[in-house]
Amino acid sequence: MKTITLAWRYLWSRPLGAALNLLLLSLGLASITFLLLVDHQLNKAFERDLAGIDLVVGAKGSPMQLILSGVFHIDVPPGNVPLKAVQALAKHPMVASVIPISLGDNFRGFRIVGTSHDYITHYQATLAQGRLWDAPMQVVLGATAARKLGLALGNTFVGSHGLGAGGHTHGDSQYTVTGILAPSGSVLDRLILTDTVSVWKVHEDYTAVDDEDRKVMEEEREVTMALITYKTPLAAMSFPRYINTRTEMQAAAPALEITRLLSMLGIGTDVLRAFAGVLLLTAGLSVFIALWSAVRERRGDLALLRMLGAPPSRVAALLLTEALWLGALAAVLGVAGGQALAALLGWMLQLDNSLLIGGLVWPPELLWVPCLALGVSLLAASLPTLGAYRVSVLELLQSR
Amino acid sequence: MIRTRQLSFSYPSGPTLSFPDVDVPQGAVLLLSGPSGCGKSTWLALVAGLVAPTAGELTVAEQSLGTLKNIAIDAWRAGAIGFLPQKLHLSAALTVQQNLGLSFWASGQPEDAARIHAALAALGVQDLAPRKPAQLSGGQAQRVALARAVLLQPRVILADEPTASLDDDAAADAVGLLLSTAHTQGATLVIATHDARVATLIPPEVNGEIGFKPLYLLRQ
Repeated sequence: MKTITLAWRYLWSRPLGAALNLLLLSLGLASITFLLLVDHQLNKAFERDLAGIDLVVGAKGSPMQLILSGVFHIDVPPGNVPLKAVQALAKHPMVASVIPISLGDNFRGFRIVGTSHDYITHYQATLAQGRLWDAPMQVVLGATAARKLGLALGNTFVGSHGLGAGGHTHGDSQYTVTGILAPSGSVLDRLILTDTVSVWKVHEDYTAVDDEDRKVMEEEREVTMALITYKTPLAAMSFPRYINTRTEMQAAAPALEITRLLSMLGIGTDVLRAFAGVLLLTAGLSVFIALWSAVRERRGDLALLRMLGAPPSRVAALLLTEALWLGALAAVLGVAGGQALAALLGWMLQLDNSLLIGGLVWPPELLWVPCLALGVSLLAASLPTLGAYRVSVLELLQSR
Repeated sequence: MIRTRQLSFSYPSGPTLSFPDVDVPQGAVLLLSGPSGCGKSTWLALVAGLVAPTAGELTVAEQSLGTLKNIAIDAWRAGAIGFLPQKLHLSAALTVQQNLGLSFWASGQPEDAARIHAALAALGVQDLAPRKPAQLSGGQAQRVALARAVLLQPRVILADEPTASLDDDAAADAVGLLLSTAHTQGATLVIATHDARVATLIPPEVNGEIGFKPLYLLRQ
């Protein structure tokens, strides 16, 4: 019989105690796994979706709202800005590119975003099927949106007003699917993209009373925001101030706003982390108590092993292996539990098509979890192991 | 064989025990008798190499224990000493077969199922191999513990209070079993007991056949 087998049998000789310790340790590790996964995925999403966007310009209001609505598409925008003002920005010497974003409608909860081809190029997305739009009322679907909506090339649909499901539909204005993007892992995956003109057309068709009214509307066309890339990093010093003081628009620097957001989220994750730490500490103490009492209960058995010829190190290794079994099992269950929690959160958040968080993600940070599990187990086992190492056979002989 | 000369042992904060010299030939029986606290357990621990004597010489199974280091003593004990404790310490988590397997594990040898079955069969308890200790009667458990003690065919069998809390018939069975097992294996048998019945349970022919030495250890 190998030490590993013997330790397994000893561990499960008290099934209820072993199961409770395992549960406690697994819960702590699952919480830590969950936090690591969410933290990793949020950071990745921010990093990925913000890449190359130096500034977001939109209506005055909350700058964070502007970033969340315009870049991550998880909030409503503060309002619209005149198209002419945005077109003027494109001519500014510090600006390399301007990508217009027009929001307002959705199809079954997936946002319809009026924009230019540059938006797709910016995220280096490629077409899986079909082609990009070349006229208004043609759409390209993000991979997730296409899969969840069950739409294929050539299908048509009518958008609804508002950014969440449930708004009134825009009667006769039908969109036609001309292309479907390959999954890019970016925000594009869950968007329906079309020409900016489509968004204007739908709303003008819906609200214009007559041709004159339509003409006025065309003159006063708006977009929701613009994603701006600088020609030079020096622009970051003066360009936002120029927007905020010299125009009716608001400039929001994604890097600043996300740092602010992460620090706000950080308080929450710190609390969760502390909670997971307390759970782990409790689990460690519980494992310690279980092993300590195992040594006390099995003192005679352990002494007998010495009598049978086992050196103290082998007897101690037996107890240590028992603790390692517990740690290894807890690591597996903890990681599985954490992944399940992340998948559940992802599923819940996907209901409103917000952040991309899910299970079955394996960032390198997850390696901490088994290390932590084994560390806690070994730490909890250290004193009991010493007790097993020092078990006295003479005491066994003298105890009557 | 067991040979001791001027053997003594001092507890760190207790008495110093001095033991009479003995020469027990291989295959003989030594009855270690005396009241509780007279040093029987300490003598057993010395002979098993579990504690080192404060003074004196000790040779067990042709091995002078003073010359061995701790790890070597553990390895030597695994092969040379068979131990039957008063409380049998059959692990409740393991089956009878696995309990015997502990001898192989303790000595670092690969498990030999055939030897386990042979040891159980020699004591008539081979059918109990898959059972857990909780499913054994007192007598069955003692046979299993004895099978574990003699599994690796030790040169010396140490039995600590083997008749404690047994009635007369069971005590006679236990002593008879120890004598016959030791005899079959050609092992030296040491019975440490404060039970006066044990001396009477050792039949007279044992004295003539293999040599029987009652030794009374008294606190010095």
